[in-house]
Parts: sequence; structure tokens; C-alpha cells
Amino acid sequence: MIIVKHRFIFLSIAALMVIASWGAVAYFGLNLGIDFTGGAILEVGYPSAAVRPTVAVMKESLATIERSDITVQPLGDDSYVMRAKDISVADKDLITQTVSASGTPATVKRFDSIGPSIGSELGTKALLAIGLVLLLIIAYIAFAFRKVSRPVASWKYGIAAIIALVHDISIPIGLFAYLGYVRGAEVNSLFLTALLAILGLSVSDTIVVFDRIRENLQRRVATTFSDTVGISLNQTFVRSLNTSLTTLIALCGVYFLGGESTKDFALALIVGMAAGTYSSLFIASPLLVLFSGEGKKK
Amino acid sequence: MWKSRLIALLILVVGLGVGYFDYSSQHGQSQWTNFPFRLGLDLSGGSHLVYEADTSAISTADISDAMNALRGVIERRVNLFGVAESIVQVEGGGIAGEGVRRLIVELPGVTDVNAAVALINKTPNLAFKTERPAGPEKDTINAAWKAAQDKIATGQVVNVEDDPLLKQDPNYIDTTLTGRFLKRAQVTFNQNAISPSVSLEFNSEGTKLFADITKANVGKRVAIYLDGAPISEPTVNEEIRDGRAEISGQFTLDQAKQLTRDLNLGALPVPIKLVSTQTIGATLGSDAVSKGARAGLYGLMAIMIFLVLWYRLPGLLASIALGIYTALVLALFKLIPVTLTSAGIAGFILSLGIAVDANVLIFERMKEELRGGKELGEAIEDGFKRAWLSIRDSNISSLITAVILFWFGESLIEGFALTFAIGVLISLFSAIVITRVLLRATGVHHSNAVTRFFFSSGIFKQ
Repeated sequence: MIIVKHRFIFLSIAALMVIASWGAVAYFGLNLGIDFTGGAILEVGYPSAAVRPTVAVMKESLATIERSDITVQPLGDDSYVMRAKDISVADKDLITQTVSASGTPATVKRFDSIGPSIGSELGTKALLAIGLVLLLIIAYIAFAFRKVSRPVASWKYGIAAIIALVHDISIPIGLFAYLGYVRGAEVNSLFLTALLAILGLSVSDTIVVFDRIRENLQRRVATTFSDTVGISLNQTFVRSLNTSLTTLIALCGVYFLGGESTKDFALALIVGMAAGTYSSLFIASPLLVLFSGEGKKK
Repeated sequence: MWKSRLIALLILVVGLGVGYFDYSSQHGQSQWTNFPFRLGLDLSGGSHLVYEADTSAISTADISDAMNALRGVIERRVNLFGVAESIVQVEGGGIAGEGVRRLIVELPGVTDVNAAVALINKTPNLAFKTERPAGPEKDTINAAWKAAQDKIATGQVVNVEDDPLLKQDPNYIDTTLTGRFLKRAQVTFNQNAISPSVSLEFNSEGTKLFADITKANVGKRVAIYLDGAPISEPTVNEEIRDGRAEISGQFTLDQAKQLTRDLNLGALPVPIKLVSTQTIGATLGSDAVSKGARAGLYGLMAIMIFLVLWYRLPGLLASIALGIYTALVLALFKLIPVTLTSAGIAGFILSLGIAVDANVLIFERMKEELRGGKELGEAIEDGFKRAWLSIRDSNISSLITAVILFWFGESLIEGFALTFAIGVLISLFSAIVITRVLLRATGVHHSNAVTRFFFSSGIFKQ
């Protein structure tokens, strides 16, 4: 099987992608949403694109009430998003009135104000949740494959799956670091949900391949471990691609037709799903061959 | 075979019935319109408020009682708003909360967050305090206050947050007796006084506390604080055992009535502070609903087309199973009911993809068995049997993720986790039971050129 034969090439591609992703995070940083950092967002809409004031006018109006700290960003063609460290409930009305002053009434579409303590708590919870998912998945795989200990110990299947998972979530994180820099894409709790969903989907994909390896080992379909893995990959290849394809079709529906609020969410899932499919075929199983220490000269 | 055809027919009829239920409960007049989808705040529009409770004055053992009492009070106030399906819930500590107690108030349809906050904040926070004994503590607080007053006199700004001493009253110390032990308040007229007073009646626990306080402070003053300021500082003549007290501040009749009403409505047992507000306008929400529904519909159709093109007859049956799956899940959303958020809808659409996975696993396995030279009927049964382990293991890992997400406790993420978990469970059922019964009902057992074509896959004849 080509994947096993050229495993170092595929593993190197994955390693490069992961390194590039972490590089993007280090270089661009993550644009954390207010649900992580605390802060306020006020979204106002105008009756039509024609009557919406320009950004400069908005800035001027805000300066008159000494709120130059508020950043203004157009949204769609009839709305604005305003962000600041803090906007109190009372300020919200003042600001809305001020930006309506030129005769075009602004209506509040969304107003979020999140205290800093809640934000930092979400971050802690997020790390905990991801850590816990990883831990439980290792545990589950070690348990499900407990009868398979030759030539690779069952917990190593867990390790291979986790390495694949790290790859899967690194790539969307890297992409969003870049998108955050380019167009202000936010890392918020929805993005976090997407990451956690990717963990679940990708590991199930990986497990299907492992299951097949387990079965083929028991039926002794090949003499060497690397051949067994190769045969298993051959058998599950089409299924992996088709499942990803149907899931990607559904996700593309959300991306292209869904609401504005779930667009980035769908994008993160699409990228994560693609990375997940790659990792179950090209990372997790070749890693097993690597762990077995077999077939170094093949 | 006729038996499995009968079961298949039954499943189709049930599926159609459930689908009709989904449809008719959403449209027009039917007996089921009381089963609408329950939409989360981000879809229906509304306000989401988070308050942090200051439980520092309450002993650890009493915190949950106090928080429950607080929830009751806020619930009563929120109900005055007349909002259907408003939610008031206590969030206790949590995994990373470091013991912070929060109160979450969700008001669907209320986009005027100011009015909501004002109503909830109508907070007569009632507290009883006793005299602070003379001593070094009293002196330091007094000194801090004096220093602050001097600063203000010279035009400087004093920030209360800078010095914790400034938050304390030099003359009084807190007691455990607060508004949460109040049973009833009413306006009374005392013949000796010109202005009306407000009489208080404590519950049994409060009565005991009040008796202890008055017993220990005979001849001293006990201050009654309302919203952080003393409104009455009567001197205790004797121990009061009947749990009755009277506030004889300088009230006008209107003020006394207002105070009584607020107290009866519920003095807040625990002081709270607004830490987060989220308001979503109704237009943004309805836009997300219609777009989400459209995305789901087209996604579903695209998946079905793919299945039929690639897997032919089994694909068609899987598409029917997927249709039944969709009807079942939507009906569950209505019956449980699941609060749908935009993330929840995305979770559901994602689960469509997963629902297909089990079918794909089975079909691929079936084809392998066919290639191995088995007869069709045998290949179908073996395909199901052999694929089961993979299906089980992969779905368990999805469920592990869903459970952790749900436990994570962020309402947005909870919505996703719940729809995802329901999707995974029902998809197991749909693949293992529905698709299997439908396949058996085709009655194909032996292979010939025609059945081979219908059961193979890909664009080209194999």
C-alpha cells in the first residue's frame, strides 16, 4: 500500500502543516473573542445601506461622547459592529442615540457585554475540556484494543490516535490565527465547539481503521505488520473518503447557505474534517507501523 | 420475507407519520401546534444576563440554600415581566469557577435590556447590623473614613475599591440576619408617629436569629440597612421573640408602600452584580433560523443524491433511512424539548453526515463480502455483522465527546452537544435497524447481473 510504503513523506507533510500552523499562531497570535477576554460588542443596524453613516462619521459621533476607545467595523451593508473593553447598559443607549443623531435611526441588533472573570473562566474550561476528551479517548482506545498487544501495545494505538488529533486541531487553529490577522476572524466559543467536534469525528474515523487492523491481525491476513496495516488501509480507504465527503457536503451547506453567525464555525469544521480524514489514513496508521519498529528497509 | 416487508412498510408508515407531525406542528392549525421548536436566545432574540452573587457573608453550608432563595426571588420578578419560557438558573462554581456562584437569567423576546436589568435590580437588599464594639478595628476604619473625607474636602478623588476599609461601616458590623429570612412586610401606622412605618415578620429561622440578636444587644442599637444604607437605627429595649420588627424611617406613604411591595416581592437574600449581558435582536435570530433550515434541507438533499449515485439501490434505501432519521430527530427536538441554538442546528446538520457513516461502513463491508464470492443475502447479513464493531467503537468515541461538551456547561456549547448526541444515538438506530429492514425487504438473495449492478457502487459498472 502506497501510504505505508511512503509513510515518511506523508508524515513529513503532516509535520510541516502542524509546524506552519503553530508558526501562524506564534506570528499572528489568536484573535480571541470577547467570550474569552471579556469586553463588549454593540451591533447596530440602519434601515438601508444608503442611510448608513460612514465610518468617519461614526467615529466623529463617538468622539463627541468621549468614546473614541470604541472601534467601528462595518458588517454586511447596513450594519456596524462596535467593540470596546467596556460598554455599560446605560452607555449602550447613549451610544445608539449618538450614532443615530444624523437623522437615521440605528436599531440595536446585538449587545454583548461580558465580564473579564467569565472570559478567563471559559478559557480554563476549554483547556480542561480538550484535555479531558483526549484523555478519555486514549483510555477508551486502550480498552477497546486491549486484546491486541502484538506487535504493538494497545496503548500505543491510543498515542497514535492522539498524535493524529493534535494534527487535526492544530490546522484549524493555525488557519484561524491567519484569518484573524487577515479579516478579523474570531476564536470564540463556537470555534471551540468546532474543535471539540473535530476531536470526536476524527477519532471515530481513526478508530474505524484501527478496528480493521485489529480484525486483520486476528485473521492473520498478512505475515508482516506493515502489510497488515496496508491491507487494512486499502479496505477502509473508500469508506473514509465517502464518509468525509457526505459530512463535508452537509458542512458546505452550513457554510454557503447558513447564517452569518455559523459561517466561521462551518469553515473550522470543514478544515478540521479534511485534516481528520488525512490524519486517519496518512498519520495514525503509518505511525503504528513506525511504533512496531518493523520494515525499516522496505 | 413477507414478514420483513411488513416491518419495512410499518417503518415507512411510522416515518411518514412522524414527518407529518414535524410538518403540521410547525404550520397552520393542527392539534399539535403546542409542540413548536424551542428556539434559543440567539434564534428567537432576547436577553441573556449573568449576575455574580456575593456569597462572602454566608457560611459555606448555607450557600446553596441562599442561592435557591435568590433564584426564587428573581424568578418572581422576571415573571412580572410576563415573558414566556424565561429561565432563571444558578450556576454553581463549575469546573473552573473557583467557587463563584452565578445567576443566569434568560429572557426570550426581551430586547430592551435596560428594562430587564432595572426590573431585576429592583433590589431592596435588606440587612440587619449590630453596633461595632469600640476597639482598634473601629479606630482604623474610622481613620480610613476620615482620611477619605479629608481628601474629598480638598477636591481629590477617592476610589472605594482602593481601600477595603472604606467598604466597612465604622459603626456597625454585619449579622447573618438579612432579607432572606423575611416572611412578610406591611405598612403600619403608629399613633405616636406622624409618618407610616413598615413592619416586618420573619420566618422561623429569622425569628430565632432576631431573638438572638436582640437578646445580645439590649440597650444597644441595631441598624436596618436597605441597599447598603442605614434607614433606621432603633435601640433594642428587650429580647424580641415573636419575630416582628418595625422600620420607622421618615417614609412618605408612597415610599412605605413601595418598600413593602419590594420587600414582599422578595428582598434579595444575596447581593448580586451584573457581570455579563447579551442581547440579540429578533431580526438577526429569524434570519439565522431560515438560513439554518435552508442549509439543512439542501445539505440533506445533496447527501441523498450522492448516496443514490454512488451506492445505487442500497444508497436509495439509506436515503430513505436518512429521511426517517431526520423526521425522528426533529420530532425528538420538539418532544423533549431541546432548545435549538444556531450551534445546535449546525450540530444537527453535522449529525446528518455521521448518520450516513454507519450506512457507508455497512455497504462497503457488504461489497467486500460480495467480492469474496458470497451470495447477496449472506453478504448483506455479514456486512451488518462485521461492520458493527467499527460502528460501535466510532460512535462511542463521538458520544464521549458529546458528553464532555454537554458537561462543559456553556449554554451555546450545550446546545451543540445535545443535538449532536441525539443525532449519534438515532443514527445508530437508523443504520442498524431501518436500513437493514429495508434491505431485507428487497428480498434479494441470489446474485445475478441485475442485482450485482444495483448493489455495486461507483460511476461505472463493476
